Amino acid sequence: MSKIALSLTVNGEPRQLLAEPREQLADVLRRELMLTGTHVGCEHGVCGACTVEIDGAPARSCIAHAGSCDGASIRTIEGFGDDGVMAALREAFSREHALQCGYCTPGMLVTARDIVLRLPNADEARVREELAGNLCRCTGYRGIVRAVLSVLADRKNS
Amino acid sequence: MKPASFIYARPTDWSDALKLLAEGARPGAGTQSLGPLLNLRLAQPDTIADLRHLPGYAGVAVDGGMVRIGAGTTHAAIEDGAVPGRVGEIMAAVARGIAYRPVRNRGTIGGSLAHADPAADWVAVLPALGATAVALGPKGERRIAAAEFVKGIFETALAADELLRFIEVPVQPAEARWGHWKFCRKVGEFSKATACVLALPGKPPRAVLAALDGPPMVIADASALMKDPAAEAARIVQGFPELAPWRRAIAETALRRAVAMAAA
Repeated sequence: MSKIALSLTVNGEPRQLLAEPREQLADVLRRELMLTGTHVGCEHGVCGACTVEIDGAPARSCIAHAGSCDGASIRTIEGFGDDGVMAALREAFSREHALQCGYCTPGMLVTARDIVLRLPNADEARVREELAGNLCRCTGYRGIVRAVLSVLADRKNS
Repeated sequence: MKPASFIYARPTDWSDALKLLAEGARPGAGTQSLGPLLNLRLAQPDTIADLRHLPGYAGVAVDGGMVRIGAGTTHAAIEDGAVPGRVGEIMAAVARGIAYRPVRNRGTIGGSLAHADPAADWVAVLPALGATAVALGPKGERRIAAAEFVKGIFETALAADELLRFIEVPVQPAEARWGHWKFCRKVGEFSKATACVLALPGKPPRAVLAALDGPPMVIADASALMKDPAAEAARIVQGFPELAPWRRAIAETALRRAVAMAAA
């Protein structure tokens, strides 16, 4: 099967790569660019571990075709190093024990950042509703919910 | 798992897309349902025609009493208020309950309807809203009532050489009463039973029961259901003896709760 050429902007850098037509974005990010912070879990859109930003909006990279992303701007967990909201979330996740094995954490953080920016008035029930698409098998979610709520509260008070 | 090999095609205009369909390509939109089926190898098409990038595929326009929604409009756009007015309020609340936000950011209203999963939200809601599906084929546009669109599990009224281009939804008056109830044990999972009721002043109320093992049941005049929800809901679900008793029970409850919401 001949490969297709992709032009992506990944974490701010223009990248030219080749992918098999059948490939999903997650596989290309991991194999071609070694951006292994994007985790592949269920591969059918349920677990949320592969969540990245595509053109500024969180999306499942396991069910977004690489070909369909040609021309798109992608931001993976590795691309949030200088992001203030993500820095606050990282600190809160660490403080609140919001991770154990870490497998869900990259997707959890991308979703959490979306909650903080899109829903500044979210209460605990809404945070839990919005986190329903990211499965964690270690923490029982309490620490994750506390971490997101603490960042929301800090931003309201500042 | 990874998909079986296929050819990826990105048509640049609508005639190009129709040509690909005529050659047997499977259309893809947000691929939030097709993607999992490909990964699980339940779907193994030779070619996928990616409609996402076609001009005018997404977007909303109001023309007189009708809202014309591009089939490629995402659930997230509808959740965020892309559809104006009372019907937009109704649709935004429905959209918020579809799967998860990262899925809603790519999944589309047309893709979901054309996929025709019996448990999908728009499959239930669009017939209740009196919507029309606008298909595009080699001979031009063809209009199909949403109530007639889904024919069975993953089966629609679209011909093999047609694609879904628009959804048209009538503008609703501010007094329109709406009830929508679905059973999910977890936020975002597929519904186990869905019911919706639309009650408009001066018109018979309309109801839909969905997430059945086939097309949604559309009740064009749900006056009896509104009048005596308990007895009528019990009678309606007896028409589905093939469903397990627990599914009949939650379908009955979904109907009663949708009526209660619309009557509140």
